Amino acid sequence: MSEPSTVAGPSAETRPTPLLRPGNSNCGGCGMSSALQLFGRAVEHRRLQLVVPASCAAVTAGPFPTTSFGVPTVLTTFGAAAAVATGLSRVARLNGDGTRVVCWAGDGGTYDIGMASLSAAAERDEDVLYVCYDNEIYGNTGGQRSSATPAGASTTNTPAGKPEEKKDLLAIMAAHRVRYAASFSIAHPQDAIRKVRRALDATGFRFLHALSPCPTGWKSEPALGIELVRLAVRSGLYPVVEIVEGRKLVVNVEPDFSREALELYLSLQQRFQRSGITAERLAPAIARRWRELRAASGRILPAEREA
Amino acid sequence: MAGRLISANHAAALAATLAGRANRTARGFCSGVYPITPSTECMELLCNQEFEKGEVVRVESEHSAMAVCIGAAASGARTFTTSSSNGLALMAENVVSAALLRLPVVMVAANRALGPPWNLWADHGDTLLLRDSGWVQFYCADNQEVLDTVLCAYRLAEDHRVLLPVLVCQEGFVLSHTTTRTEVPSQEEVDRFLPPLELPARLRDTPRALGGVDVPGVAEAHRAQHHEAMARVFEVYREVQDAFERELGRRPADPVVPYRAEDADLLVVSMGTIAVTAQRAVDEARARGERLGAVRVRTFRPSPAEQLAAIFRGKRRIAVIDRDLSLGFGGVLWGEVRGLAEPGAVVQGYVIGVGGGDVRPEHVAAVAADLAARTAAGRPVLMETGA
Repeated sequence: MSEPSTVAGPSAETRPTPLLRPGNSNCGGCGMSSALQLFGRAVEHRRLQLVVPASCAAVTAGPFPTTSFGVPTVLTTFGAAAAVATGLSRVARLNGDGTRVVCWAGDGGTYDIGMASLSAAAERDEDVLYVCYDNEIYGNTGGQRSSATPAGASTTNTPAGKPEEKKDLLAIMAAHRVRYAASFSIAHPQDAIRKVRRALDATGFRFLHALSPCPTGWKSEPALGIELVRLAVRSGLYPVVEIVEGRKLVVNVEPDFSREALELYLSLQQRFQRSGITAERLAPAIARRWRELRAASGRILPAEREA
Repeated sequence: MAGRLISANHAAALAATLAGRANRTARGFCSGVYPITPSTECMELLCNQEFEKGEVVRVESEHSAMAVCIGAAASGARTFTTSSSNGLALMAENVVSAALLRLPVVMVAANRALGPPWNLWADHGDTLLLRDSGWVQFYCADNQEVLDTVLCAYRLAEDHRVLLPVLVCQEGFVLSHTTTRTEVPSQEEVDRFLPPLELPARLRDTPRALGGVDVPGVAEAHRAQHHEAMARVFEVYREVQDAFERELGRRPADPVVPYRAEDADLLVVSMGTIAVTAQRAVDEARARGERLGAVRVRTFRPSPAEQLAAIFRGKRRIAVIDRDLSLGFGGVLWGEVRGLAEPGAVVQGYVIGVGGGDVRPEHVAAVAADLAARTAAGRPVLMETGA
């Protein structure tokens, strides 16, 4: 098999076909490709149906009648993934199919246009695993801002840099008290595969979030995607956590809050150059976020207490 | 079979329930529903039904209601939803997708005008907005026809020569909230009429993408297949009528229903309940010695062009009544049928009853009088009922 092995465990040979087949049309260095390969390693023998809304991943499928996905897939309208998955999942359960229904959606289809159907499916506790590969941009339409785009990032419709901060989606999903919500890093495959398996084997609504570098939109070196995610995790910019039943939060990868890592993360992406956003400017928001995470984890009490 | 006093909303819900239960030996039933006036009571009754193998999902929007139907149908289940007006407009992109994916979804629309400004009342403009969505469209004249058409819709939609979604339309309040005696078949009767759904290309375990990119040449081929399936609808529908008559003892109405049209000098063409009003106006005109006839267009898509052209043969004056207005053009039905008359015939469009205006026999008589006085067709006439 041509896929590089990054982790010990089940090899590509144990699966009948890889989840992301060779010859797909994804850009070189696409973080979604890495996330799909990690996901595929975790799937093993499990029966899967994929639901993909309008996104780069919809193009990944390829032109009719071919497909680059190794499992049956339904391509849906932009905002409808969680609802189409609901139909598939309900009928699978009615018939005892044992099929796991997985939404594979970008940030536009999740944070923005798919928010209502996602929230409703979570509220109904549908037996669906929803994965958001978050490249922080409308990649498929050429790179416009989404509510997942971080402050300071230039996009085609925020050329001077986006003024607003990124939406905290994991907190929103946790507020739905979903069975399991987690963020995983493509630079931390053991943690990622463990989370995917846990999410696949749980019932009810589960949510996974993966920061997914987009060299085309981030104006970064294609080969550096995994390193960029590692820097985002180290600096505390991308917390790798899991939340069970919306209450119990566990920090899975402890950042060292390296200022150097944050500076490197920004300097390796041209999207941050024009706004001139600096590590100093980002630091307070990161610190605030982590105080909230520490409080939610209950392991280390926040240093500051409210009066 | 039992006669019950029910509204068209309840007739539709009971038909969907019976059809859903009839698929219990196959992949079952799954429906996504969301309330909107005047279709709400249909989904309410559905939500009160017990299914041995079925689910009714209470979603957060009409857009998701159709999306649930798409997922469930792709997995081989029998599906159903109902909506009206803005609900259909919000749902529209998934309505189109269900058709292009060739999924046999059945939907009942309680016709209502679009807004804001809000209007709750009957108008065909909402479902005509979906004219080109690739669905089969029926317009019903009474509650019995709503129930029967929903049952027929499943058999038609699921036939492998068709495999298209079907929209069954009934006018808001005029039918949706009006209680009439309706024969409700037993489960055994429906089981005999409706075979379990076998979707030939349902999603199983084989890797394939339903709805992957259609490059230009492939898109043309898929549209051609879709169009050919539409062309087979009338032939298959005739078989559905035969089967329905055999199992349930009455024959569902034809795609086009002429009424005293054969020897008529003037014809009034319309859809839905207005066509029933027109039949009464025809009887009254005949009593006065006027040779008026009526034509009810029941199947709007596929277009019953051949049937209408045959009825129009030799007719010199035809009025087309629309309960809708394509702004800047005229009535949609008028636009569709005006080319089917013989050259030189006067085919005049009348727009009446939009936004729920109450159309009575005297309005149809006024249409007939206007038509009789014409030597040439003019711009569409917009009539107010003053209701």
